Amino acid sequence: MAIECLVLGAGQEVGKSCVVVTFGGGKRVMFDCGMHMGHHDNRRYPDFDRLLADGAADYTAAISCVVITHFHLDHIGALPYFTEVCGYHGPVYMTYPTKALAPLMLEDYRKVMVDHRGEEEQYSYEDILRCMRKVIPLDLKQTIQVDKDLSIRAYYAGHVLGAAMIYAKVGDAAIVYTGDYNMTPDRHLGAAQIDRLKLDLLITESTYAKTVRDSKHAREREFLKAVHKCVSGGGKVLIPAFALGRAQELCILLDDYWERMNLKIPIYFSAGLTIQANMYYKMLIGWTSQKIKNSYTVHNPFDFKHVCHFERSFINNPGPCVLFATPGMISGGFSLEVFKKWAPSEKNLVTLPGYCVAGTIGHKLMSGKPTRIDIDKDTHIDVRCQIHQLSFSPHTDSKGIMDLTEFLSPSHVILVHGEKPQMAFLKERIESELGMQCCYPANNETVSIPTSQNLKINATEKFIVSFCMDETENDPQKQNLNFGGDMPQGCRTEGVAEGVLLMEKSKTPKILREDELLHSLGMETHFVHFEPLHPSSIEVKHTGESAVQQSSLEHLDCE
Amino acid sequence: MATDGSRTPGGAAAAFFTGPPRRLTARTNRCVLPLAVSLPGWRRHSLRAAAATPLPTSQPHPPCLLEFSMKLTCLDTGVDGGYYTPASHLLEVEGLRILLDCPIDLSSLTAFSPVPLGASSSSGDAGDLIRGVPYYRSPTAVAAAKAGRIDAVLVSSATGLLGLPFLARLPGFANTKVYVTEVAARMGSLMMRELVEMRREFVRCYGPDRDQSPVWMEGEKLKKLMSVLQKITTEDEENNNLAALVSLYSLDNIEECMQKTQYVKYGEEVCFNGMLMLKASSSGLELGNCVWTIKGPRASMTYLPSSIFVSAHALDFDYSSLKGNDVILFSDFSSLNGMYDDNKKMGEHIVDETDILLASNSVFRDDGMDEDETIKFLCSNDDIAEEIERISFICSCIIDAINSGGSVLIPIGRIGIILLLLEHMSETLHSSNMKSQVPIFMISETAEEIITFTNALPEWLCKSRQEKLGRNLALYFVHIGVLGMAQLSICFIDGVQTNDQGVDAELTLKPFMPLAIQVLGCSFLSGIKVGKIDPLLGLLKPKLILFPEGQKSLCPATDKQPWSFLYYSKGKTIEVPNMREEFEVRMTTEVAFGLQPRQLDKTTAVARLKAKLLLSNGQYVLAAAKSELDRSERHLLHWGTVDASCIPSALQEKGIVCSFSADADYSAPSDRERVISITSPGEALVKVTSERTTIYCDDEETAERVYDALRSICNGI
Repeated sequence: MAIECLVLGAGQEVGKSCVVVTFGGGKRVMFDCGMHMGHHDNRRYPDFDRLLADGAADYTAAISCVVITHFHLDHIGALPYFTEVCGYHGPVYMTYPTKALAPLMLEDYRKVMVDHRGEEEQYSYEDILRCMRKVIPLDLKQTIQVDKDLSIRAYYAGHVLGAAMIYAKVGDAAIVYTGDYNMTPDRHLGAAQIDRLKLDLLITESTYAKTVRDSKHAREREFLKAVHKCVSGGGKVLIPAFALGRAQELCILLDDYWERMNLKIPIYFSAGLTIQANMYYKMLIGWTSQKIKNSYTVHNPFDFKHVCHFERSFINNPGPCVLFATPGMISGGFSLEVFKKWAPSEKNLVTLPGYCVAGTIGHKLMSGKPTRIDIDKDTHIDVRCQIHQLSFSPHTDSKGIMDLTEFLSPSHVILVHGEKPQMAFLKERIESELGMQCCYPANNETVSIPTSQNLKINATEKFIVSFCMDETENDPQKQNLNFGGDMPQGCRTEGVAEGVLLMEKSKTPKILREDELLHSLGMETHFVHFEPLHPSSIEVKHTGESAVQQSSLEHLDCE
Repeated sequence: MATDGSRTPGGAAAAFFTGPPRRLTARTNRCVLPLAVSLPGWRRHSLRAAAATPLPTSQPHPPCLLEFSMKLTCLDTGVDGGYYTPASHLLEVEGLRILLDCPIDLSSLTAFSPVPLGASSSSGDAGDLIRGVPYYRSPTAVAAAKAGRIDAVLVSSATGLLGLPFLARLPGFANTKVYVTEVAARMGSLMMRELVEMRREFVRCYGPDRDQSPVWMEGEKLKKLMSVLQKITTEDEENNNLAALVSLYSLDNIEECMQKTQYVKYGEEVCFNGMLMLKASSSGLELGNCVWTIKGPRASMTYLPSSIFVSAHALDFDYSSLKGNDVILFSDFSSLNGMYDDNKKMGEHIVDETDILLASNSVFRDDGMDEDETIKFLCSNDDIAEEIERISFICSCIIDAINSGGSVLIPIGRIGIILLLLEHMSETLHSSNMKSQVPIFMISETAEEIITFTNALPEWLCKSRQEKLGRNLALYFVHIGVLGMAQLSICFIDGVQTNDQGVDAELTLKPFMPLAIQVLGCSFLSGIKVGKIDPLLGLLKPKLILFPEGQKSLCPATDKQPWSFLYYSKGKTIEVPNMREEFEVRMTTEVAFGLQPRQLDKTTAVARLKAKLLLSNGQYVLAAAKSELDRSERHLLHWGTVDASCIPSALQEKGIVCSFSADADYSAPSDRERVISITSPGEALVKVTSERTTIYCDDEETAERVYDALRSICNGI
């Protein structure tokens, strides 16, 4: 028995996550179906053809199910293409928030591609809706039986709203695919949480394979300080942000700060998208952090007190303000429009996300401090405003990856979603420090992982009873273990058992207690025992008899 | 007027109120009571409940694993179809004691006078109602917890949680773990808080509890209370026991209980004590209500409380997840009561569906519908259609009342129905352009939380509401003002009384007289329809069904059924036979490779095995033990007869010099003792009979060699 793991995307790179795992019995699960934002040709999608046997064309027959971990485009971007263009119509699973938020993301991106860049349409809005209708929503920790043999389960992953790590099991073979995850809670999301499972394979992201991050509070303070300084000097703050996730996190931070500092300066959200997104966050509050969950019936943190109604003309108004605008990397759209207006004043501030794709204005601003940016031949912007780079990341750092791997203790580890040199470094650490086999295949490579298989046998009640420990020794309070427990979930050791395995043709092997065997075979015991030859044979006879009696009572011969 | 509704915590302390908040004295005012009972209309069915139920003889036994059989004790069969006070059971399985649901019986409230409303209510004559802080019947589960340790509690609904704080301080409850769905737990704790809040109102009026019993407990009033309870608990004889009456728990007790609680999601498999796998599936009745699957190493069981196949607000009944479980504990008492219903109460608005159901039922029995047909029959939309029809009817009555200048009071019962009603009512008011003039108030300490909470749990709602999430709409359209109780305590009507004829509005409203109010009672389906029981069982294919004795006739056993019935009744313990003689065990390949099997004949082989026995998620696993089998200690068990004539050659093969003793008789029957004497390498004597071989030898090394030689011709392991 073996698990075959084909990496169709995010192998030794970040982008178009897609890993296809084949279990025994032909069960095949596709984890994520992402697109690569850096490519505009056919490299943007995973090479789905590799899933098909020669000459075949039916993806539905080739794949048991698709599971999407979260709504980021590098994890879901190719899904409408796969279902509507390639014609896969098997089951697709994702969490409730992902199902709700993914159409917004997909449609937003489709518009940018088609309307702004004038590219050929890969899939239509109707395709997105049709695709989403096929999706079966998942709740956390729910065990879903995909078919008779294959079951999947989602665990909380942090990262973004609705992000999940996926556990999949066929027979005795079990794996976890992490998607993107965060091991530390942030302003609105909790940390990743998973049970201690018995795993053959862990497929983990490794974005920060080498980085260890310090406390987040310092970076949050820095951000608030920069914003406060700007607005108190009468400046305007532009926060180009992705509509979902970062915007909410920063806004909770600001709203809270405004409250504490009693600031009256307006905070605006630019597009309908973000306001709509806030509404989703309010409804999906069960997927946020525990702290928010405990308090939202009294105060919902996504009811931002200081966020004011916004109109486009406000960008020309005098006086300080804070504005959230999409897209995050100032690659176009409203954030670019505002940037053009505000950048020339040194009083203003622009914050940049942690990562910007090459070619965007965000990227240009990050690399050095340009004073002049050319938009095209005729337009240029004089950049005199201040620039603050955010360094929050919703990804786990290297310590988090090591912690999770150690906690789950799988037999094998595969690294995806990272950069090759860092992955090599992490592989070394996992192999030397944790003693697990680890690899980081490139795109389109297949790795085969051997698995163990258990035999199903029967056991008699006497056998089980003899070797069960007294329950009172097992404190039930200690049974349920969250992250950090010592034993796998729901596991209990009963002690060392000795018995006899009876194997009969065309019957399930059965394990019995020794004394049950002969009865089951219909045989009589033949006692073999030892007696001293000397001294007197009469005395020997006596002790011999007693020994026999005793041994026949115990059904055991003694030496 | 009357209802279950009024006796719920919600009904007792909360109500919602439309129209200007004025006094309920105008003739045009109307009180609408959505009842949560079973089939069309309902009446009180005589239920056996006891003030002091002597607990069946289940002694607290040590966790002895030898006692593997399963036992079921029905603690309570619930009150009024079991929505507000569901049934409660004690299940003993694999040596563990598990409590199934722990509701509170609020029926004693009918004997107590509501909190007086100050001077304005002086005209209200409470009559012979007790003026004091209410006492409640102690849950039967308390007796069960006193009789022995409770290992776990499985809760299937918010109402099934309400009695649990009574157990909070009992020693048998100290290490108990409570399993409940996240939503039922949240709703339940809101309801409990509301009960405590209601008690606070009483205390504010009558003063705090003193150490001794309240004054009323000594006089006529106690008799009165007992007679109320007696009416409810008709079949109990020895309930004149003060110990059976308890004062309400405190917020601390609630807190203690909630700390023992583990929240689960639908479909989440949790392992209890390594041994049992527990899984909650949606029951369709209410947000967060569930059916439990309890899977042990030898049997799987479904705990089936009231369920609804298709719901207009909660996730549908997930019956398919129950398929193949060995045993079903049928604990839906709603349909059972409904069976005897007369439909008069709902008047012409309700179609008599009993006949239709019975008809389709017989179709099923005779022709054996195939599975698809059964599913189609079970999941037909008629339940929702009826529900909506009733809600529309209530709404039209509300509009009538408002149009004639009245106000409407709606005691809060089933929260799902109330939310539907609120939603429907907002729409109706909106469409008739009355919304701005007619405010809707919800009077409850927890109203705001309930509304916020129910609008933020898409995963628990029915599919059509989940779609709303995709369209970014509020899950429930509810726009209401929320009032604290203090602002409008007029609606305290917990003293309501029901009788067999239906609703006695006069008696219920007596404390508030004089008033003129129209009363509308309306019942909603809150369990499996009788006609659907049999098709459901046919789909689930259990081996055994535990069914309430009293309702035997509803689901008669026939020869055709592949399952058998065991009947339970309140207060009795029944033994449930084991489903499997043997346990299923997994053996790791590592252990399998280490085996050294010995072929006995063509079809049989045996092997000695030493391994670590693990119990993991309800599954026994044999994993490789650290210490290997000690070779020298092997071959300890021998059987069959030893052919003495083979012994010399076997010994000689090992280089042992031997001979039969002089008196040996080769022709003697084999059961005669043969003696072989050994001279080299040491001195020894071997005596062989049919049952035993004895080696007489002083020299250990020689003995070992002789033994070795004998082993080769002897069946042994």
